[in-house]
Amino acid sequence: MFLAHINSLQASIFSSLAILSLLLTFVMLGSHWLKNYVYAFAGQSWLIAALSASVGYFSGYKELYAIAVLTALFRGLVLPWLLMRIVGRLNVKREIHSVLQSSSSLVIGACVVMFAFVIANHMSRQRQGAAHVVILALTIMLSMKFLGFLMLSVRDEAVSQILALLVLENGIFLGSQILVPGMPLLIEIVILFDLLIVVACFGMLVRFLVVHAGTTSSRELNRLVG
Amino acid sequence: MGQQLLSILLLAPLAAIVVSLLSRRASSAEYATVTAAIIDLLVSIPLLLRTLSGSLILAHGYVLLDPFGAWVILCISIVYALSSVYAVGYMRLLNEEERLPVFYALFSGFALTMQLACVMNNAGVFWIAIELTTLVSTFLVGFEREAESTEAAWKYIVVVSGGISLALLGTVLFYWGSSFVLGPSYAMTWAALRQSAPQVYPPLLLVSFLLVLVGYGTKAGLAPMHTWLPDAHSESPAPVSAMLSGALLNASMLGIARFLGVVTGTSVSRFAHAAVVGLGIFSFVIAVLFIVRQTGIKRLMAYSSIEHIGVQALGLGFGGPLGMAGTLYHMLNHSLNKSLMFYGAGNAMRADRSKEIRNIRHVLKVFPVSGILWLLGAVGIAGAPPFALFLSEFTVLRAGIGGGYLWVVIVFAIFLIIVFIGFLSHFRTMYFDEAPEGEIVPLPWTAWRTLPMWLAILPLLVFGLWWPHGLWNIFHQVFLSVMGGGQ
Repeated sequence: MFLAHINSLQASIFSSLAILSLLLTFVMLGSHWLKNYVYAFAGQSWLIAALSASVGYFSGYKELYAIAVLTALFRGLVLPWLLMRIVGRLNVKREIHSVLQSSSSLVIGACVVMFAFVIANHMSRQRQGAAHVVILALTIMLSMKFLGFLMLSVRDEAVSQILALLVLENGIFLGSQILVPGMPLLIEIVILFDLLIVVACFGMLVRFLVVHAGTTSSRELNRLVG
Repeated sequence: MGQQLLSILLLAPLAAIVVSLLSRRASSAEYATVTAAIIDLLVSIPLLLRTLSGSLILAHGYVLLDPFGAWVILCISIVYALSSVYAVGYMRLLNEEERLPVFYALFSGFALTMQLACVMNNAGVFWIAIELTTLVSTFLVGFEREAESTEAAWKYIVVVSGGISLALLGTVLFYWGSSFVLGPSYAMTWAALRQSAPQVYPPLLLVSFLLVLVGYGTKAGLAPMHTWLPDAHSESPAPVSAMLSGALLNASMLGIARFLGVVTGTSVSRFAHAAVVGLGIFSFVIAVLFIVRQTGIKRLMAYSSIEHIGVQALGLGFGGPLGMAGTLYHMLNHSLNKSLMFYGAGNAMRADRSKEIRNIRHVLKVFPVSGILWLLGAVGIAGAPPFALFLSEFTVLRAGIGGGYLWVVIVFAIFLIIVFIGFLSHFRTMYFDEAPEGEIVPLPWTAWRTLPMWLAILPLLVFGLWWPHGLWNIFHQVFLSVMGGGQ
């Protein structure tokens, strides 16, 4: 196992990149401006790319460099560009109705991270030097999952919901770079392309929503109940 | 031989997609789709028989052709064939002729992605195939482009993508757990996961399984993750509803069953089975409660799908050869019966121009023949003999008693009676109550819309009276290959 014998320099590089990504998720959670979400998402993707590259450098999995380049390209440039186009077309600059104030959602977000830590602590049995990196990776993976679901439930705008889904995926991607760097390259590349298709589909659907439902806020999508 | 059959199975819908998109004419798209669907149905039977003499691993280990996958492919092909015939009669009623080629391309693409998912040998690639089914079917759900169908499509893609991302997390954790046994880099095949599972740290294994269960359970429509299902199934065109209900739910159940097979035989096996039983009975109860007081005709059918997916989950969770047999038989019977129900609902909705049960009246006067078929289907889907769903539900009940889940079986039996009364009382009002104001215009008769209903009801009756012995053999083979024979 690569994680079983990493030194403290490597551990601190991985940890700081992972923690910075988590912080950017909180930026998304606390902000009202759709543009800020997209920038935070792009920044997060670049951090993940840096993480892939550094894991690749220290672990010797050369294919991680390819993944780093693709991550930076797709998640860091193409997806934010597509999202910016959607934001620009929608004429919605900020999230107006949110169920929760930003401040209270930040507090809930903090609680969620603690919960994720408790679960992560139970799931890992590694007790070697790398234990804290493993637990940190699991914590961040789970907490980005929870934070994504939190954003999905308190935000109404279509674009915010797409971004929340992308945060869900970013969390998995980030964690898997640290935990399972040996995961076959093919799967990771296909998942990247898959994301691209997902966002393209969402973009088309958003257009349908504007034309046929007359709104992009999920609060007004209330025709179907029962 | 197996490889050739599989290639034909996958190339036929691919060819239909190409023809539909290139010809740009509705009629050629219709014929291409119907032809492809019939080829798929004809191929899927020898394919299933071929797998009985041993599973095949193809394409550098990425494709696994086993009895379970072939069985689900057979169910999917049946629904694909019936629905494409019905679609020829139904989709012309929507006055969207210029968009029909795109519809048929998506329709075949949907079938293709589901069939692909069934033969994936790698848990990661399986996840991608299931994700693709969502993307393709979203546009089928929103095909009618009304406010309601767009809303349903949006809810469908958001809820299912969110749910399925949990399955991805679970898959990654499975990979991580097994990497302590198999080394940091290995192919994540079902066999590799199952072989290494007993040595994985049990809490990690359990969390991974629960995440996967919730993820694919969202896609399968298990309550409480079912919220997208009534909207998507009720707002899509009737042939698509039949595909979503009769085929897609089975493909997602296949994922749950394969992962359940991975953890079977480990120390968390008992808890994992109990979790599947819990979700199954919860879905069943929730669905029955919504069925009793339902007002929309297609939403009624959608909740009935949740009910039946709950039965399948119960069979899987009860475990043992009997539970597996009940689940697989139920898959086939539900695919046939629910397709029939959606076709009938589509006919009634078009004739009465309403989705509400209270506006649909005197079905027998409007549809003398297909009305009877629909009513028989309703009796069947409510779980009454002599139709096949009775036999499969009964088998699941027996598996539950044998597996020691007595309380669950009691609740299941009580709610089976409630759903029988509740479901059929809606049909009583539609068939025999006084009509409200308003003109009912009978649809012009066409064999395209009636034939698939006949083709669905006849096997249901046959399978309800006679359980072919060969099927037992197939079910037992599936049990051995998926669950490894152990409990």
